[in-house]
Amino acid sequence: MFFRMIKGVLLRQKGKMAMIAFTIALGASLATAMLAVMFDVGDKVNQELKTYGANITVVAKEASVVDSLYEVDGASSIPTSYLKEADVANVKKIFWAFNIVDFAPLLQTSASINGTDAVLVGTWFGHHLSLDTGEELDAGIVSMRSWWSVEDGAWLDETKEGDVDRVMVGAALAQTLGVKAGDTVKLSCGKKSGEYEVAGVFSAGGDEDNQVFAPLSLVQGLSGEKGLITSIEVSALTTPDNELSRQAAKDPSKLTVAQYETWYCTAYVSSICYQLQEAIPDAVAKAVRQVAESEGAILDKTQLLMILITILALIGSALGISNLITASVMERSQEIGLLKAIGAHDRAISGLLLAELIIVAILGGAVGFGVGYGFAQVIGYTVFSSSINLSPMVIPLVVTLVILVTLAGSIPAIRTVLRLDPAEVLHGR
Amino acid sequence: MSLLELKHVYKIYGDLHALDDVNLTIDEGEWVAIMGPSGSGKSTVMNIIGCMDKPTKGEVLLDGKDISKETSQGLTDIRRDKIGLIFQQFHLINYLTALENVMVAQYYHSMPDEAEAMEALERVGLADRAHHLPSQLSGGEQQRVCVARALINHPELILADEPTGNLDETNERIVLDLFRQLHAEGTTLIVVTHDAEVGASAERVITLEYGKVTSENGGTEFGKAARKDVI
Repeated sequence: MFFRMIKGVLLRQKGKMAMIAFTIALGASLATAMLAVMFDVGDKVNQELKTYGANITVVAKEASVVDSLYEVDGASSIPTSYLKEADVANVKKIFWAFNIVDFAPLLQTSASINGTDAVLVGTWFGHHLSLDTGEELDAGIVSMRSWWSVEDGAWLDETKEGDVDRVMVGAALAQTLGVKAGDTVKLSCGKKSGEYEVAGVFSAGGDEDNQVFAPLSLVQGLSGEKGLITSIEVSALTTPDNELSRQAAKDPSKLTVAQYETWYCTAYVSSICYQLQEAIPDAVAKAVRQVAESEGAILDKTQLLMILITILALIGSALGISNLITASVMERSQEIGLLKAIGAHDRAISGLLLAELIIVAILGGAVGFGVGYGFAQVIGYTVFSSSINLSPMVIPLVVTLVILVTLAGSIPAIRTVLRLDPAEVLHGR
Repeated sequence: MSLLELKHVYKIYGDLHALDDVNLTIDEGEWVAIMGPSGSGKSTVMNIIGCMDKPTKGEVLLDGKDISKETSQGLTDIRRDKIGLIFQQFHLINYLTALENVMVAQYYHSMPDEAEAMEALERVGLADRAHHLPSQLSGGEQQRVCVARALINHPELILADEPTGNLDETNERIVLDLFRQLHAEGTTLIVVTHDAEVGASAERVITLEYGKVTSENGGTEFGKAARKDVI
């Protein structure tokens, strides 16, 4: 009989039930969309942030010690200790190799350009690598410095034979020297010197505007540091730091075996650094803290925003459900009064109403989940130009939230039911 | 043997004495009509006898047990086990069929039994309308479903509040015939009514005015005769 009554309500009071299901669907769709985006936003924002440059720098151990002792910022001084260029490819052989988006070796040296002292940086612009794992890839600073604007000329293209002997000059330095793309500049480094064509003038908005960038082989030839580099910049997709990663960053040896495994197998910036140190001999990998922390902060804020929107959507939904159910109970007050009059206890009536609502919530929630998944994809394509992957966590979370919101929304209605006096609704006093 | 006894029952709302020292005794198998003008306290008596309200003062003994001190849960159980209610407005559940409306009373009493519910509908002449919704039934048919629902759990007492108030003459006659049958079978009936014909059908008529019992007669010969015929 219980199910007959529920079936009767659902089938013969479709309009009212559809309205409640619609409200639940609305809340569920927003919750699904926001939760799906929230769980996937980490990777998406990470990918977006990778366009703002490297988040890990690998330098030689000695250089790191000097930096630590004298608190010197490695980027603004000329390093005097080296890594081997041959080890650069090892970056793509670590456990988290697939999270390495791009990387580039750098060789910094002092040079004179047309008689003016400047920092000369050798690097890969778009270097093709064939790894011994069989993987083929292009690495270099072109995609890692996407914010550089080439004001004159064009980016160097290492695949063109003639470009191997060309250089790129920072905008401030080019202005000082009065050079432009197509001009020839004289570079001197120690006893060696040569004349090179300017491929382009770039504006970086930082120290690089006073530097000269050239293919790594060119700088190695001029400085006499064959096969050597001073640092490697690595752009990696990372998971925001938490207590475990911060603890591990200080000293991984103090972790328990289980903690170590969790940390090592999670793409924290500290575990990627650790793995880079394992892969590159005599190297120290450091997170570029500002970038890593900004990423973490942006992610935290974005996720907080999503959680707040989800909570607000659910509160709105609960209020809507509550109003609708209370109105529905008031409309059904005679029916409820009758049930009480013929011997139904409050518990039985509350159970009947809740069962009806849970079924409507399941139907509304299922529809809302589908619509919400669609919303998430719309958000994904609009904001990140890619689809949102549905985390398995979203389904149980949405189910729990829908049931909780429905139960919370039905509390006022249940209280109204418990207060209903059958004599009042059936006879009047 | 008395089934119901009201002893010095008062119902007071502020300054208003809806019932003022009401004393009543109703025997098992009796058919009693409670009559009186609007505001006389008929509905209040009905609610107290029907265990839907409690008196401010006084005792209400049903089967010898004082129900005036019962909790709300206890009153619900008494309604479920001992009383069958018939309403002027029928109060059928609009999304359930006639049969299901009868079965609802069984469900909250003990266990639904479709065959028994169908028998109850047959008894009120509605077997062929068992699968119709209330909206598909006439007023008289709805009241007969209401009677079938009141009878289904074999209550000790049937309380009817203006049972013919919303019916035309033909349907009024059908419902009164049903009451006569029930009375003849020994069912105790208390009917609250304005209708002189309904009152005249009862064994005893109790008149209320301003919350007091103003007259109590022995009812009509017709009412008594109807019972004697069966006994």
